[in-house]
Parts: sequence; structure tokens; C-alpha cells
Amino acid sequence: MPPTITINHVTRIEGHARIDIHLNDLGKVASTQFHVTQFRGFEKFTEGRPYYEMPAITARICGICPVSHLLASVKACDAIMAVQIPEPAALLRELLHCAQFVQSHALSFFHLSAPDLLLGFDSDPALRNIVGLIEKHPEAARDGIALRKFGQQAIERMAGERIHPSWTVPGGVNKPLSADARDHILTGLPIAKSIIRRTLKNFKAMLDDFPAESAAFGNMPTAYAGLSGLDGEFKIYDGALRFIDNTAKPLATVARPLDYSKYIGEATMPDSYLKAPYFKPLGYPEGIYRVGPLGRLNVAARMGTPEADGELEEYRQRLGRIVQSSFFYHYARLIEALYGVERMEELLSEPLITDTHIRADAGVNANQGVGIIEAPRGVLIHHYKVDDNGSITWANLIVATGHNNLALNHSIRQVAEQFVDGAQLKEGAVNRVSAVVRAYDPCLSCSTHAYGGPAVNLRLWSPQGELVDSWPRPE
Amino acid sequence: MNKAKVATVWLDGCSGCHMSVLDIDEVLIDVLHKADIVYGPLVDAQEFPEGVDVTLTEGAVSSQHDYKLIQQIRKRTKLLIALGDCAVTGNVPSMRNTIPTKRLLERAYVEGADIHQRAPSDGVPALLRHAVPVQEIVKVDLHLPGCPPKPALIAFALTELLAGRKPDLTNPSVAGLVKFG
Ligand code: SF4
Repeated sequence: MPPTITINHVTRIEGHARIDIHLNDLGKVASTQFHVTQFRGFEKFTEGRPYYEMPAITARICGICPVSHLLASVKACDAIMAVQIPEPAALLRELLHCAQFVQSHALSFFHLSAPDLLLGFDSDPALRNIVGLIEKHPEAARDGIALRKFGQQAIERMAGERIHPSWTVPGGVNKPLSADARDHILTGLPIAKSIIRRTLKNFKAMLDDFPAESAAFGNMPTAYAGLSGLDGEFKIYDGALRFIDNTAKPLATVARPLDYSKYIGEATMPDSYLKAPYFKPLGYPEGIYRVGPLGRLNVAARMGTPEADGELEEYRQRLGRIVQSSFFYHYARLIEALYGVERMEELLSEPLITDTHIRADAGVNANQGVGIIEAPRGVLIHHYKVDDNGSITWANLIVATGHNNLALNHSIRQVAEQFVDGAQLKEGAVNRVSAVVRAYDPCLSCSTHAYGGPAVNLRLWSPQGELVDSWPRPE
Repeated sequence: MNKAKVATVWLDGCSGCHMSVLDIDEVLIDVLHKADIVYGPLVDAQEFPEGVDVTLTEGAVSSQHDYKLIQQIRKRTKLLIALGDCAVTGNVPSMRNTIPTKRLLERAYVEGADIHQRAPSDGVPALLRHAVPVQEIVKVDLHLPGCPPKPALIAFALTELLAGRKPDLTNPSVAGLVKFG
């Protein structure tokens, strides 16, 4: 009798997830389902709160990239106040954001995915983690810890705290950057840069070692979305949201943030707390698109910093103008980390970076505001409506991992088709199904504004709906 | 020397407390020399194992899944630590408690969707009526407050525990770090 497989905990990801794999009569994969299993309700319980509390509250959606929520939130608040923030404040916010890209990408690459890449997808699961990495590849483990620390310390020097700082406020930031703090951050830059250079070099040398993974880890045509500047240059703090198709042809540019809902629709999934956004002009589910490092690099014409530009060129020479396999999220992530460090250097050299004009002040001048930025995992949208007293009457949050929900589902199915065979789950197959989820670096706490423990539960189901195998196996 | 068995778990939190554990930076390497991480978001274990020495719990207890897991963890853990304000007081997750769960779900999945407007129900755990602190469900041996707790406080607690001592939070080196928020 044909079965369903369940991966109960998708491990080494940021959140709770479970996967069901349904088999057909021939014992081949018929369908898969990706369930995100936590829900928190931020959109509802923030009703009635003053808008200026939103940055601090929504930062608690995610402690991995709290700066992303802080920034999307303060940008929505800037719009409610109808102010243009002083230029030094915009530079400082971007600097903070770059530091966060570096730390978050370090976590994703080194702490979560390097165990698969360096120890092997089929290596001993008990050691296939950061501890095993410290034992077998101490240099890589130390590099990962040092790079994450560089980003976190830069955030701390600017904003006072590494996690959930209260420095970014509606209208700007609440304290200028001291020359001393600037110099401290600058001192750490060369080491951070050399770590990323070395990691990129090693990663490129390994590219040929994963033919099956790069062929089947979500290797499919989709649209892509990301922010970019006037000349198409890569942007993470500001810029227009652009959609392109799988041949790099432009599909749409969201010129005003408020227009996002003309282009992005959301579908509820019956079996997941994670909704599935889609590109409205193409409908559901044809409007599948990907965001995050892979999507952003596909959208960008160029990076805009010298070394990252060179890397982007090489990336495209190796893989094509549009890179289609989600396995290469890792590669794109490293190029972005390099951009982050280079861009930090540029921003820190701006004379205005220590200027004291850092905050615009105003009351409620508009009854709604939208903030859009690129979180490390992709486009993040905060949309608030307020009454004349500034109390929230309605809020909508669309987060990075949500945009990738349809693509994640497709990718899981593709990996399962490739690696799951018959009614028995093998550990290496379970890990690959989990690993494709990890490639997207999904932040499920963000995505459902929820967060959970270690995750994939895998279940294998027969066409008749009987459970034939599951992972973990019942004791 | 037998390594201590340490587990970490995320319930309804934002992962910031876990990130604060990583923010002990190089101390992490010392800790990992003395302890095996047997369960948690950084490792591949699928089931919460038996005989765990210390479990760090982040987040409030918010769903049926959290509720079952925390009871299993309590049975299998010697020292249960509530890590951070969500686990200690309910913090931000408990802001939903004044609103019926049905309304929360409707807002997100009916009003907040263009297609398939209905609350998910297959394969997802039901929400508890209230998100509550860990000690409301099981006994907690040590509370480390903070949103998130400061890395120095976490480093102190872990170092003491791995030396076989119960951390004394009145110790002057950390007393100033024991606070909410
Ligand atoms: S206590 Fe704060 S940092 Fe920790 S999980 Fe809760 S919101 Fe996040």
C-alpha cells in the first residue's frame, strides 16, 4: 500500500516545520506538503497600540534579524509622519542593516548549512552540526563565529544592543555615531573581508561536488523579486521593488510602497500557518516568485561595490544570467556578505556618518504608511493604518520566507522525487529534504510572525492515507 | 570526562534568546568542549532525548505542541532553565491573550488573504487559549530574565552549570544584568 512520509522536525532551520510526502501506487512521490506550525497574531494584537511602539514590538517577531523589522517598521512610521529623514540618519540605518546582513548570513552559512557542505549530507547526524564543525573544520567554525561576532559587535557599537536595540526610531535614529565607534568598526573590517573572501574561494572550489543537489534543490523557473536602485544596482535599505521573469525580463516595478498590494496577493494554505504570497498579475499559483539572495542577485544589474561586482560577474559566468537552482542561495549569500562589508566601509567613510542631524520630528500626518526593505531572507513589508491619534487600526506584515512559500513547496517536492524512493525513509534523504529548506534560510518565526523549535517532522503516506513511515521513527 | 548533555528549545519566542546564546562568541567554543548539544535548533536530533542535564527554554507555551513538548522535556531534564522574558513572564507572545484565538486566526487567514480564505487546520497544532510562561505548566529551576538575557549572563550561567554549580545570580559579576527587557 503506497505511503506518506513525514519529516517531523526540519532541523537546523529557524523555526518549526513539518513535511508530508505522499507516495503513489508505484512507490514514487506523488505530492508533498510543507507545514509551518506556529502562529502568533501580531497583526491583530498590535491594534490599538501607538504607532511609535511598533518598531519595538515587531522586532520581537524575530531575534535573528530584528534590525530588519525595526527598519521596515520605522520606515512605515516615517511615512505616517510624512517626513523625509535627515541624510545622516538614512546612512546610519543602512550601515546598521549591512552589519545585520553580515551577521545573519554568517549564521545561515556557517552555523546552519556548513555542516552539510563540509561534513557531507550523508555524514553522521550526531556530528553534523556546529560542534562537529568545530572538531573537523575548526578554521571554518572559528571563521563563522568571528564573522557573526563582527556584525553583531558593529550593531552593538551603533545601537547599544546586539538584539532588539531601541536606536532606530520613527524619523531617524536616537543617537549619533561617535568617531570612536566608527573607528572601532573600521578596525574589524579587514578581517571580516578576508574571512568572506576565503569562504567564497573554498565554496567555489566545492561547487562541482554537489551535482545532484544543485540539479534538484529547487531547480525550476520562477519569477524573482528584489529591491534595486535607479540603475538596477543592488539595494537593501531603499530602492524600488522589482519583479522579473525567469529570462530576466522585467515584469513590474512597484514605484510607490503603498502600491505593493496591487502586485502581491496572499493565499491561505489549508495545512500551514505560513500564507503563500503570489505575484497578482500572474494569478495563483502561477505567480510563484523567489526572494532572498538568489532572487536579489537575479534582479540586480550589478552590486555596486568593487569586489562584489567581480564576484557577481564570475557567478553569472559560471551559472548564467539567471541562476535557477535554490542550491545556489548559499553562493549568492556569500556574495551579499562581501557586499555588506564593502558597503559598510563606504558608509563609514562618509563625512556625514558622524553628523548629529539624525532625527526628524512630527506627529501623525498620514493615516497609513508602508515600509519596504530587504531582510537577509528577502523582501519585508510593514503596512500600518492609524487613526488621528496615532493608534494602530490595522496592520499587515509580509515577510521574506512567506514570499518563498510556493517555491519552498516546489523545491521540497523536487528533492523528494529525487532522493526519496519506496516506503522507507533514509537518513540522507531526510537530511536533503531538510537541507533544501535550509538553503532558503527560512525564518519561520518571521514568516508566521511565529517561531518554534528545531524542526522537520517527515511523514510518508500511502495513497489510501495510511502512515507507512515517519521520521523521527517512533521509539 | 563525561560531557554534560545540554538541550535548547524554542517555544513561542523570537529566537533572540538563542541568538544571545550565540552572542557569547568564543566562550561558545569552551562550552562546546564541555557539553554536547543533544537537542535544539542547531543540531539534527529529531526527538527530545532522555537523561538531559540542562535544558534552556526560550519562549512562552502557546500551542498544543508546546504544551506537550514542555512536559516531555520536564520529565527528561534534570535542570530546566527559563531563558528570557517570554519564558519567564509570557512577554510579547502573551499580548495576544486578550483576543480570542478565533479572531486572531480570522484576521490573518480570512481578512488577510486574497485566496482560500479560511484558517489552516490540517497538520498544524491548535493554539492554546493563552500564551503562558513556562512555570505555569511545569516546574522551572532557574529563571534568566531579559529580552534577550545578556550574553554575559548566559555565559556566566553556562560556565557555572558546567562546573557543576547552580548559578548564583546575586553574584556581583552578574547581578546588574538580571533584569527584564
Ligand atoms: S525574551 Fe525577547 S529575545 Fe527572547 S524570545 Fe522573547 S522576545 Fe525574543
